[in-house]
Amino acid sequence: MTNAYQAASLNVSLQSPAQPTCAPGPPSFPDVLASVATFALAGVDSREVTVEVDVRRGLPAFSLVGLPDASVREARERVRAALLNSGLDFPLQRITANLAPASVRKAGPSFDLAIAVGLLAAGGQVPPESLHDTALCGELSLSGVLRPVRGTLAAAMGAKRAGYLRTIVPVENASEAALVEGLEVLGVPTLARLVDLLHDRWRPDPPERASCRSPIPEDGPDMADVRGQADAKRALEIAAAGGHNLLMVGPPGAGKTMAARRMPGILPPPSFDEALEITRVHSVAGLGSGGLAAERPFRAPHHTVSAQGLVGGGARPRPGEVTLAHRGVLFLDELAEFSRVALEALRQPMEDGWVEIVRGQHAVSFPARAMLIGACNPCPCAQPARDCNCSESDRRRYQRRLSGPLLDRMDIVCQVSPPPAAELVAARPSTGERSATIRARVVAARAAQRDRLGPMGVMCNADMDGRLSRVHAPVDGATAGRLVRGVESGALSGRGHDRVLRLARTIADLDARGTVSAADIDEALGYRLVTPSKVAA
Amino acid sequence: MTATGRPLEPGSAERACAGCLRRGFLLGLLAPRIAGVLDSRNRNPGGLLALEDEPFVKAVAGRDGEQAERFLETFDAGAAGEGLEEHGFVGVCRHSREYPVRLLQLPDPPRVLFMAGRVAELLPVLSRGPAVAVVGTRRPSPYGLEMARSLGRGLARAEVAVVSGLAMGIDAAAHVGCLDGGGAAVAVLGGGPDIAYPRTNRALHGQVGREGLLLSELPPGRRPYRWSFPARNRIMAGLAEATVVVEAAEGSGSLITTDFASDLGRVVAAVPGEATSSRARGSNQLLRSGAAVINRVEDVIEELFGVGGRVGVQESAAKGGPDEGDPLSQAVIQAVEAGMGIDGACVSAGLPVNEVRAILSRLEEAGKVRRDALGAYTRAAP
Repeated sequence: MTNAYQAASLNVSLQSPAQPTCAPGPPSFPDVLASVATFALAGVDSREVTVEVDVRRGLPAFSLVGLPDASVREARERVRAALLNSGLDFPLQRITANLAPASVRKAGPSFDLAIAVGLLAAGGQVPPESLHDTALCGELSLSGVLRPVRGTLAAAMGAKRAGYLRTIVPVENASEAALVEGLEVLGVPTLARLVDLLHDRWRPDPPERASCRSPIPEDGPDMADVRGQADAKRALEIAAAGGHNLLMVGPPGAGKTMAARRMPGILPPPSFDEALEITRVHSVAGLGSGGLAAERPFRAPHHTVSAQGLVGGGARPRPGEVTLAHRGVLFLDELAEFSRVALEALRQPMEDGWVEIVRGQHAVSFPARAMLIGACNPCPCAQPARDCNCSESDRRRYQRRLSGPLLDRMDIVCQVSPPPAAELVAARPSTGERSATIRARVVAARAAQRDRLGPMGVMCNADMDGRLSRVHAPVDGATAGRLVRGVESGALSGRGHDRVLRLARTIADLDARGTVSAADIDEALGYRLVTPSKVAA
Repeated sequence: MTATGRPLEPGSAERACAGCLRRGFLLGLLAPRIAGVLDSRNRNPGGLLALEDEPFVKAVAGRDGEQAERFLETFDAGAAGEGLEEHGFVGVCRHSREYPVRLLQLPDPPRVLFMAGRVAELLPVLSRGPAVAVVGTRRPSPYGLEMARSLGRGLARAEVAVVSGLAMGIDAAAHVGCLDGGGAAVAVLGGGPDIAYPRTNRALHGQVGREGLLLSELPPGRRPYRWSFPARNRIMAGLAEATVVVEAAEGSGSLITTDFASDLGRVVAAVPGEATSSRARGSNQLLRSGAAVINRVEDVIEELFGVGGRVGVQESAAKGGPDEGDPLSQAVIQAVEAGMGIDGACVSAGLPVNEVRAILSRLEEAGKVRRDALGAYTRAAP
């Protein structure tokens, strides 16, 4: 973004060549032009929008130009009512508001505040110099109360980047916007208060700046609640430690969902930067809780979700579930029931860590670095193995619904069978490890990975490419021979080979060992599916 | 060669005489009509196929009679033979010395066998050497599949040809096992030798075409008919010295094969299935009525060659013997066998889950256990 455009939009300017602004006669407004800065969402970023308001004599009218969609055009009614209900004047003249750049479509109610303030400035009801270096954003209610909007964090980041010194937002959004350092954030409850603020008659309390170290909620689901399931717990721990994808296979009621829901509790807490990314995404999607996200997200979309719902899209691109799960867990229960189109659409984001959505003239990209946990039944009848009556062809048809390429991206596949009845009904508390204990091991393993891979810009073992995994997970001759046999027999794909190395690296990290042992490779091989086509007829 | 045809001279190198070839193609021509003649309950063409040409046409052709007559008059055996050869097929008639002798014991042996694949290498093996048919349900259990595969592999190692019908399920598994063991895989098809049916098995059809022998009573290009499957079953029973059923439900087509086999006085055998499983009811019933019990491939060899049978199998049996390994591996294998899963194996072996996982991985490499398409461990058949 550059200079000429930016300079023009930086603040309010008043131009009234025809008439002096201090013309007598209260009911008549001068012909004036005001411009106010605000920010519009584009994906998880924001772009600067200048609201220009022109008021001049003529038949009373209020027109809004600059590619507003229906939701933006409605701002006229809200602004008029909000102004009048706040005891402010609404000029009975010809009003034109322009949202520049006029070539970009505008949507949503977050322009209300900037339009209203533009009108006030053009009418001389607020001092224009008070809007210097200030960006505004917010929705108005008819009563003049400011309502919270989506994506305040993204807007505040945009404002900071564009060189603004302060931003005015609805009071509910203030602590979110305050996450941006070096930007003064003013949270305002009503339009009347805003006028006071701009006249320097009132100042809001500085918003609470959320700390990056929020405590882990003690009452969250704990791994100790899961009885038995040693294999599934081990699989979850490895997946958490290395950021690997995981598929749990088992009959309904075996505890797959229960185990998966405990994944965020054993993942390391998000770093400040990660928390900021999570907050920004959730704010854009309207899911934010106001402050900084303390926990990693856990998203569990229903299996009827569309491809668009999963990876994002729409005429006005919205983030999909994979983006909402960014830096957290995307849990797909009943994986075989998801539409094939949706699962196929998931492949690219899983590989790249972001989704690009192209709509007409512009492209939006959303971050999408989530850990995938899938769960499915072993066969269509979904009975425990003992009672299963499915034929091999029934099973194969069912399993074919899980696309091969998706299965190939699953580093860990584990079987979950219902725990013995005695274990379930036992009155005594479970003796299993608590999430906090497991998390401590996971955090240590991640720290080792960061020390090793950080310089290469890689955060965890799952993100290593083929070359890195060969360098950092060296294997001795005999074990290498075993992997070679796997690849030659076709049981392991090339990608599979790299993934086994990465998984073995994580297993060694959990044990705080610097080198990968043959036993690690053996264990890793067991978690990896035999390439589907090689499962004999 | 004349169109009416005379049996080949003894010792002739020719593979099919003109008369038989003409009958083979006539069968192909009238194949769609046969279904109309059979009543819906009895799909077995029975004596129809044994009829001479003219009575056969009368019995079957109906309103296609004239066309059939014309075909008989104008058939050019030389051109037909060349046509077959040109497309890589071989027709062998029952007058040829290459024709599998065991088949001649049928009351209605096929006049011509149309073949594709490694005919030169495998036809002598099939004709002179031992052969076993492995058949069973199209909807097997994992256990049934494992047994069929294991029998196919074991028989291949003992240099016994494995005959089956290239249907889904047990048939396909038997072929796969045999090809795995590098043996003579013989697929007897319900349609022409080039027709992959069911379509899902077309990859396997191609592989048998390259490495084994495809064989049919119908000429190339003919699709299968309902009647041609029981007819195909009689050929399987006729080719094999023993017929082994791995899982067959009541009324299964596999039982038609065993009926033919017992009519021919051949060995009928079955692998015991779960007593409560409906898909093993037919095969278990066979065992009750006196079929030989097959628990492992050695049992088949014993039926064929008597106790102490063939050396090749003995070796493979020793190698795959189940009584090896340290006690921990044994405990893990037993837990997997009992369907207790990995958690159960941890308890019974007294080991943490990572070590059990590593042991299972090594056992898999050694072929003691295997994993299904979704990663569940099962005990591999010895």
